[in-house]
Amino acid sequence: MFGRLTWDAFPVHDPIPLFAAGFVLLVLAGVLLLVTVKGWWPTLWRDWITSVDHKRVGVMYVLLALVMLVRGFIDALMMRSQLALAAGHAPGYLPPAHYDQIFSAHGTIMIFFVGMTFMVGLMNFAVPLQIGARDVAFPVLNSVSFWLTAAGVLLVNVSLVVGEFARTGWLAYPPLSELAFSPGVGVDYYLWALQISGVGTLLSGINLTTTILKMRTPGMGYSRMPIFTWTALASNLLIIAAFPILTATLGMLLLDRYLGFHFFTNEAGGNAMMYVNLIWAWGHPEVYILILPAFGIFSEVIATFSGKPLFGYRSMAIATMAICMLSFMVWLHHFFTMGAGADVNGFFGIATTIIAVPTGVKIFNWLFTLYGGTLRFETPLLWAIGFIVTFVVGGASGVLLAIPPADFQLHNSLFLVAHFHNVIIGGVVFGAFAGYTYWFPKAFGFRLHDGLGKAVFWCWFIGFWLAFLPLYALGLMGATRRMQHYPETGWQPFMVVALVGALVILAGIVLTGVQLVVSVRARERLRDANGDPWDGRTLEWATRSPPPAWNFGVLPQVSGLDEFWEAKRCNGGALVAARGEGARPLQVPRPSALGVVLAFFAFVAGFALVWHILWLAGLALSCIVVACLLRAWQTEHEVELNAADIAGRDGARP
Amino acid sequence: MNAATTPVAEVGMSISERGPSPRTVIVGYGFWLFLLSDIILFSALFAAYAVLSGRTADGPSGALLFHRDSVLIETGCLLLSSFTCAMMSLAIEFRRKDWMLLGAGLTLALGAAFLWLELTEFGAMLAHGAGPDRSAFLSAFFALVGMHGLHVSLGLGWLVVMMAQVFTLGWRAMVRDRLACFALFWHALDIVWIGVFTIVYLGAR
Repeated sequence: MFGRLTWDAFPVHDPIPLFAAGFVLLVLAGVLLLVTVKGWWPTLWRDWITSVDHKRVGVMYVLLALVMLVRGFIDALMMRSQLALAAGHAPGYLPPAHYDQIFSAHGTIMIFFVGMTFMVGLMNFAVPLQIGARDVAFPVLNSVSFWLTAAGVLLVNVSLVVGEFARTGWLAYPPLSELAFSPGVGVDYYLWALQISGVGTLLSGINLTTTILKMRTPGMGYSRMPIFTWTALASNLLIIAAFPILTATLGMLLLDRYLGFHFFTNEAGGNAMMYVNLIWAWGHPEVYILILPAFGIFSEVIATFSGKPLFGYRSMAIATMAICMLSFMVWLHHFFTMGAGADVNGFFGIATTIIAVPTGVKIFNWLFTLYGGTLRFETPLLWAIGFIVTFVVGGASGVLLAIPPADFQLHNSLFLVAHFHNVIIGGVVFGAFAGYTYWFPKAFGFRLHDGLGKAVFWCWFIGFWLAFLPLYALGLMGATRRMQHYPETGWQPFMVVALVGALVILAGIVLTGVQLVVSVRARERLRDANGDPWDGRTLEWATRSPPPAWNFGVLPQVSGLDEFWEAKRCNGGALVAARGEGARPLQVPRPSALGVVLAFFAFVAGFALVWHILWLAGLALSCIVVACLLRAWQTEHEVELNAADIAGRDGARP
Repeated sequence: MNAATTPVAEVGMSISERGPSPRTVIVGYGFWLFLLSDIILFSALFAAYAVLSGRTADGPSGALLFHRDSVLIETGCLLLSSFTCAMMSLAIEFRRKDWMLLGAGLTLALGAAFLWLELTEFGAMLAHGAGPDRSAFLSAFFALVGMHGLHVSLGLGWLVVMMAQVFTLGWRAMVRDRLACFALFWHALDIVWIGVFTIVYLGAR
């Protein structure tokens, strides 16, 4: 009846997961109670859960990413504190089986459910506004994508309480992840969570690419797209090209585990190194999927707060597309030690160092934009400058690792861990926070508290260096990654400094929450009255804050780069309406429960498959088919707006 | 092109500046992107097959297992079904339900024949102990060919749904767009099958 699910799956004897689960359930119950008592359910359901408005979907993505940032960061704190303790003969407080799950969950959550989710959310929110579109190409599909991501998140978090998570690291290399060596349900949780959320990501990539390529307002040719839109295009093209490889690879591992196939097993001719090749053929483009939108955010932020056009717009766009192409040619640098030989390693080493060229072009473009600009040191600009400083160091250590002989020494050491945190925190996380602060007033109509925002930045900036500089040193001393304890007591002081750094970052995360609460309470004082709080350059700042559901009552005619900036200079900020606009009635898509329904059944199916409850999986899949069929016969997809709704429709500004 | 939703193009204006495309173009474009992603999914499976095709683990090899004559008939069915699918698309252009029904019916029959032949082949292999758990080669074979077969089955289900939609909802734009996407999907499966036929069956050692 319940497959392999028994009472043993619940951690009644294990204090840490029990406490964590109790805490999470308590918070969840508290939130549900609050929503019920306040009578917010109808609003929540109508305006958020079933909303297909790209802005709201984007906001929900970002909220999900922030929540998961807390979860992933708690994992990080546990690892750092374990390693600060477990020197010499001291065992620390986390047994190896638990520690292994923590680093696996930390990596999986931070990449898929924080980095990806945050960036997809920001792209969802800003791209249609930047290109003068009324929504994404497929609004309902967009909601489906979000909820599938949420289903994946839920599955990973359920593994905390019911059963276990993978102990294999965030990429689940076989043969360790095969049934023979990981007989538990941990790897299955990992696989199904990523398969479900991966489908969501792929659909979102198709959606945004179509939106950018086919829905730009009249006049917005490719050479007039804001640079964030360019980077979003590159990132989403990479999603379309890379995520199917992930789906196929994880699918093969699932076949190995569930049906006795031999893709990656040690027996019957399986080839584990093929998994490593395939997973990195997705995995390397993946890091550019994360970082390219961040580059775009920094470009917007730096141009805006320097009060001048981005230096070298064309070279920036070309560099973005060059990185997009090159990202598929370097995957092997993740395993130079595989033994592919000097020629192959040499090729991939050189290809990897070549990526530093377009990236360098970008760095110089940002510096030259800042140079001679009228700088306003608002919070987003602090993140951008902190990024330039941090990312250059991370990039340099990356070039170092790209040299195969050096990599042989540093492979799987804490030096590597320091390197990729240096580029992911310094690039993606700083970019995410810059974008969050930058577009927050557009989403909610009031700015975030400035002083607290700066405090958050300094906590992250200082905390990052404190936490990861010691790891560079430890890596050079020979400390390996994924190590639960170490005999060398001389490493302990470095580990303690790293823990202190993590605690400083913790202060930054706590302050992010405080900032949100304080800003909401002081929203009247922080009100963004005219929709353009930062003296922005691109079309999203021409709408009111928050923008109406249809974004632009009248589609604007674009005649150059930084259209809104030009409009403010020559025209008092009024955009020119595109020809033939205003005569037609305006339609907005109806809310749809399809996304949340599909995701619910996808979650049930995933959970059932993890525990081999076949009847439940079959039932859930049937429900998915039925829901899709019901949707297929729905004919009213849009609501026509009446005059009262669109009063002042020509005025994008109030 | 729908004149009501396309802004008047100015002389000398670059194509990329013409403004948003009509709905039909957007739907088709999105579906093309999906098909590209699907082809990448298949290329990962092709790559795995290429790596593992010689790893028979002392089990049967492809040359021993495959019957090229029956696979040739299978291929004929699928290619012909692409032709009937194109006939169906023409019937949709002319809004002829009778011809659409005929085209769709033939496509369904040929697709089902393809699937039946494929399942017979799989069944015979399983009966001889040459299942996917026998060797890495057979794992890759069953995954690649099975994934194509799964796509064909889903396509058949989709076509049945679309026939029902034409008869209940009529020729509205929504239904026509979906039929156009189906046709793209069906032809793409043909292209994938050409790859399977060449690499797996003709290339069997």
